[in-house]
Amino acid sequence: MRKLMLSGGLIAGAALTAALAGLSAQADPFDAEDVEEWQEEYMTVVADGRAAFTDPSLGTNGVVCAQCHPNGTNVHPETYPKYQQQLGRVVVLAEMVNWCIENPLEGEPLALDDPRMVAIQAYVAHERRGVELAPGKH
Amino acid sequence: MALGSILPMTNVRLAFADESQPDFTFAYISDSHIQHIKGTEFVRNWDRGLERAVAEANLMQPKPDFVLYGGDIAQLALPQEIDHGLEILSELNYPVHYVMGEHDYYLDNGEYWSKRLGPQWYSFDHKGVHFVVLNSILTYDSWMNKWSSGEERMGVMAGLDDPRGSPFMVGEEQRRWLKADLAKVDKSTPIVVASHSPLQKIFKNWNFWTEDAEDVQSLLQPFDKVTVLYGHVHQIQYNQIGNISFYSAMATAWPWPYPRTYAQAGNLMPELVIPMNRADPFFERDGTGWQFIDINDGRVAANYSLTENQPRIVYFDKERGHPVDAEYAGIETAPQLHY
Repeated sequence: MRKLMLSGGLIAGAALTAALAGLSAQADPFDAEDVEEWQEEYMTVVADGRAAFTDPSLGTNGVVCAQCHPNGTNVHPETYPKYQQQLGRVVVLAEMVNWCIENPLEGEPLALDDPRMVAIQAYVAHERRGVELAPGKH
Repeated sequence: MALGSILPMTNVRLAFADESQPDFTFAYISDSHIQHIKGTEFVRNWDRGLERAVAEANLMQPKPDFVLYGGDIAQLALPQEIDHGLEILSELNYPVHYVMGEHDYYLDNGEYWSKRLGPQWYSFDHKGVHFVVLNSILTYDSWMNKWSSGEERMGVMAGLDDPRGSPFMVGEEQRRWLKADLAKVDKSTPIVVASHSPLQKIFKNWNFWTEDAEDVQSLLQPFDKVTVLYGHVHQIQYNQIGNISFYSAMATAWPWPYPRTYAQAGNLMPELVIPMNRADPFFERDGTGWQFIDINDGRVAANYSLTENQPRIVYFDKERGHPVDAEYAGIETAPQLHY
């Protein structure tokens, strides 16, 4: 976190210098190190998501997400939001994740901003990377 | 059982005119994954799948000669899981032949399973057909010995997609036994092999795979009529490699997505396969079921009895020389996309 703030400060300084010099500002206020760090943050959350995906404590009966969804398959995050015909309304993926936690896993639903809910979505999206976005698709 | 699933069996049976071997039927149930929670509690969903298959198999007409159980009675090979599964299966009105699955094995090298059920590989003859049961879910000794406990090892192997897993294999000892066993059998005798993993290579990431599949196949190829029946994949698959026809079993517990739905790795799914539709999770038995197998003149017709879906029949088509889906063969309908 300290490092992030520091690099933010450096970016502001660099932008000021560029403006003072009368140069057209390059829309490039971060460097390779920043990108690597952000990617690491993301991959940490993806790993947390994999951990949650195989964590029996998400439910009460020992069943885990990965049991039915190896490598996060048949979750198809690229189709959300969509009309979930069984629920009769348009939902985001997190609501279907909660449906699975409450039913096959017999657990309590997570808050939509619960870090584990964010991580699960990061994991299943990561396993589906490269697939074209298809919101609403059945 | 629905009347509709009886009629097509009769139709398929009629398609085989010149029978030189007696016909018979057996039931084929697989992958129940009975899962212990605590005390006397087990995961209700998986119990229900097995209970339903057992109840339906008992209602079959004509009666099957026996039941083949395709492996994975248990989820974590716990004695209480195997016991509870066998208690449900004890309701069957027929003799049962059991196949070892990885979920029955990796806690204790299948010791408890063997204590209850006997040898892990064996053969028997029934009405002119030679049946062979293999334990195809063995793996390297080095992998077996790298874990601190049986529980840890079972936990890793129980994760279908766990990258710390290890490929399944029949192994040299069993292949030697198979060779000796088959040496006594006439080449015109129909052979039916039951294994848990497919004795063919489809998708290594999920062990839809047997590492020494080619070596096992080469022992089977000299026979005129060979069928391999396998569990593990929780979905309908079929294939033909040389003289060998392959048919999978559905699970009673839950269905698995086809490997093509994993966007990060290729697969070798046989091109013959017309996939099952994606299961609707709101109907917890959707995409699950059991099978009954008609043996007609030494060839197999696999009748897939799906709990929430139309039954399907995949049978060996003599003219085409490979398994064919009775309803979908020749119909130019693309399977449902996996969304």
